[in-house]
Order: sequence, then structure tokens, then C-alpha cells
Amino acid sequence: MVKYLSQEWCDLYKEEINKSKAYEEAAKTWEGDFYFITEPGGPVKEKGFMYVDLYHGKCRACEIVTDPNKYKPAFTLAAPYNIWKQIATKKLDSTKALITRQSKLTGDMAKIMRYTKAANELTNCTMLVPTEWLD
Amino acid sequence: MWNFSCPLIVYGDNSLDYLAQVKGKKAFIVTDKNIVKLGLIKPVTGKLDEAKIQWEIFDDVEPEPSLTTIKKGGVAVGKYQPDWVIGIGGGSCMDAAKAIILLLARPELEPESLSVLEEFNFRAKARLMAIPTTSGTGSEATWAIVLTDTKDNRKLGLGSTECMPDVAILDPVMVMGMPPQITADTGMDVICHAIEGYTSTWGTSMTLGPGLIATRLALEYLVRAYKDGGDLEARKEMMNAATMGGMSFGNSMAGLAHSTGHALGAIFHVPHGRAVGLFLPYTMEYLINESAETTAQYAEMARYCHVASSGSDKECALALVARVRALAGELGQPLSIKDCGVGQAEYEKEIPRLIERALNEVMTMTVTRIPGEEDLGRIFKYAYEGKNIDF
Repeated sequence: MVKYLSQEWCDLYKEEINKSKAYEEAAKTWEGDFYFITEPGGPVKEKGFMYVDLYHGKCRACEIVTDPNKYKPAFTLAAPYNIWKQIATKKLDSTKALITRQSKLTGDMAKIMRYTKAANELTNCTMLVPTEWLD
Repeated sequence: MWNFSCPLIVYGDNSLDYLAQVKGKKAFIVTDKNIVKLGLIKPVTGKLDEAKIQWEIFDDVEPEPSLTTIKKGGVAVGKYQPDWVIGIGGGSCMDAAKAIILLLARPELEPESLSVLEEFNFRAKARLMAIPTTSGTGSEATWAIVLTDTKDNRKLGLGSTECMPDVAILDPVMVMGMPPQITADTGMDVICHAIEGYTSTWGTSMTLGPGLIATRLALEYLVRAYKDGGDLEARKEMMNAATMGGMSFGNSMAGLAHSTGHALGAIFHVPHGRAVGLFLPYTMEYLINESAETTAQYAEMARYCHVASSGSDKECALALVARVRALAGELGQPLSIKDCGVGQAEYEKEIPRLIERALNEVMTMTVTRIPGEEDLGRIFKYAYEGKNIDF
């Protein structure tokens, strides 16, 4: 088991993405990096930043970042811990979370909406990481 | 957290009389030239005159409205500063009205930015009303907006949960003159919304009721409305069915018949309702073949709609598929893509693009069996030939 919001978690996540043929197929033309931001709340005391660089069906980088100025990603997706947990365990659909404003996206929404299959496969990869949740 | 939203729905004979009760000073009517030519605006403006509400008409909306048209409408509404925006027409006019009222609140935005990421608060300025003149899209009861980017030749699924109309007026006088072909095309859209809304993985107990009732009403009344446009009861019930279909899929999500049908419509310009209706039996079979959950839901619908009274879930579900095919046949709808007049060589060349478009629609992800490229390719091939899905 690896702790959520740890570098070990990021390493395994990157590995799962790069093993996924379904993700590779769905995201073969995707170019774009993200900050997945965990807002403070519950067991999370400070904002957590996870940088994920996705390019042509592969994950080029996945790391915990302490200085948010380190990267200028094309997208940010922010949500409280409990919402991330629900999305990562497929109890909450990521698009539904956006519509109900439980998560907040910055960046080109239209581009994201053209890669819904890839987004779904990314969540499937999250499910494969043996996660020790913080609560 | 999820929510169920719908407008105040005024329905039945003389529903347009409701306009006399509306409080306001200025109404901005969003419609198209054909609706004006058919005289369908007059019953509305007559009532607005009685209520001493000034009005202005913007009638530039085209089928599948473009970003350019919406921008033009945004400028016009900004000059007029109404306290009501009223969409009168089919889905295109109602969607255009939603987009235009968002621009009233946020004139600095480009139409392609009208998404859930933005806040609008347009009700500080005006309220939104929808008056459908077709029974199909259910746009009067959803917050979705479909616009066309004519530069890239693609449809944009936009909208904000804020742009659910405040009021929808379903007066049968507005649909009595609808021609049989449009009645058939839009009616198949109703069936799709109802069945797909009922079986969507985003559905909840809140969305089941409207989907179920809309399916039964459409199965009972659509052919009557098609054969006799003057059948008032059939017209009224189809209007109700369309709005309930909108309430069903608008609060859950449409499914695979919509994502495949959208792809076909975008590339081969098959009208929306005809395209999604064509794919519905094929995608239902695809789900029945692997998903016990969706099969059980189809069976529930079949039993409730008196399509099947006994038999296993699978037998009842397949009876519903057969009923949908029979309905399409009675309406003179194409049962295969070949029947739409699309040439085989041209079609096969476009299959990769059809797959790509369908694969990246949210509606492909909201079914219990999510197809990959290979399965989608086979669905497109089988639908061309009119072959039942056996995988």
C-alpha cells in the first residue's frame, strides 16, 4: 500500500498509466500537463500539488510538488480530499464532479471534453494503485 | 452530490395564456425565420401585448446554430436589455436562447466558453422561457446547449446548470402543424432520450420516473401523431413525453445511441432524431449481450409499456428492441445506414472518424458496457448493413 499524496503513489500511478493499452489508445493524440490539487480539508492540512505530464498516450512525469510555481501546467483540477477519494475509487464520476462544482477545472474545457475516454481510463489506472487513504 | 432540475412546466390546452401572468417589461424572442413565416410567433406576441410586455424578435437562428449567430444574438440582446428571453422553436432555437441569455450576463465571453466552468448569474437581469414547436429534443427541460463550430465543422456540447429554463410552455397549438417527417424524426429522439436516460449510469431513482413514462407515452402516441397531425390528444401526449424525456436524460445522461448517432449526423448530415433513433436498437442489443444490469432495466420498461408480459429479462429486453424497430418501421424511418442513402465505400472510408467522434463523447462513458475502438467499429459496420448485434 502506498500513501495518497506521496511520491511513491505518484510512481505507481505513472507505472499503471504507462502499462495501460486502453489509455494509450484513447490518449494517443493528447498533449497536456496538469496540476491535480488537493484542497485542505479532513486529513489534508495544506494544499497538495501533484504534477502529471501526459503526452501521446504516455505519462512522462508524475510528481508531488511543494512549490506550485515549479511548473505552469495547461490545466489544473482542484477538489477537496473527500472528492478526490470518491473520484479515484469511481464512486463519483469526474465529469459529474465538475458539473456540480465539487471540483474546479482551469484550462481548455473543450479540449478535455474531446478526450472523455482517456479521462475514464486515467481513473481506471487510479483504481489499480493500492492506495492507503489518509482517513 | 447530484441534483434534479427542471423548469416550471405549463402544459395542456391554452397554456400560452400563462404569458398573461408573466411579470416583466421587455421580452427578447429567439427563433428562426421559418417559425415566423409559419405564424407561430403571433400567438405568443399577442399574449405579450395583452400583458403589456414589449418584445423584440431575433430570428437569425439556423438549424444547429453557429457560434457566429450566437455572438450576433448576444450583441442584440445586450442592446435590448430584456427581463425575459424566450426561445420559440425546436432544439436549435431553445439552445440559442440559453446561450444568448448567458451572453446577456457575460457579454465579454466568447460563445465557446459558455460552460460549467463559468458563473453567469443571469437571473439578476432576465429570466428564461422555452416554448417548443416540436416534440423531440426536450431542450425546454435541460440545461444543455449544442452549438456548431463552422470553422472546424464540429458540434460543441456546452451549457451551464444555470441555464435550465425558468418556464416551459407546452401548448399543443404550437406543434399541430408539424409535418409527418419532422414528427417522426423528433419522436425517435424522444424514445432515445427516455430509454437512454432510464438506463444511464448517471441515472438515479429521481430520473427513472420521467424516462419510464416518456417511453410508454411515445410508444402509444407517436404513430398516431405521425399519421394524423390533427390528433390533439396524441400531440399533447407527445409534447409531454418530449419534456419528460428531457427531464430524464437531462438529469442523468444520454447513451451510446446518442454518441454513435451524433457521429453519423456530424459526418453524413443525417438529422439528429433519425440518426440516434437508427442506432438505438443496435446499441440496446450491444448492452443486452453483456450487461445484466441494463438488460433488467430494459425488461422493466418492456413490462411497464406492455411490450412484454412474461419471459426472462433477456426475452423482455429483446422484445423492447423489436418494438423500437417496429415503431421506426411504422414511421418510415431508415432501419440501417444503407437505408439513409449513404454509399458503402464512402461510409467505410469514414469509419475511423466515426469511431473517434463516438469514442470521445461523454455519452459513450455513461453506459454499463463501454465499447473500445474495435467494438465501435463493429457497431458502425453492423448498423450499415442492418445486422443485429451478436457480440
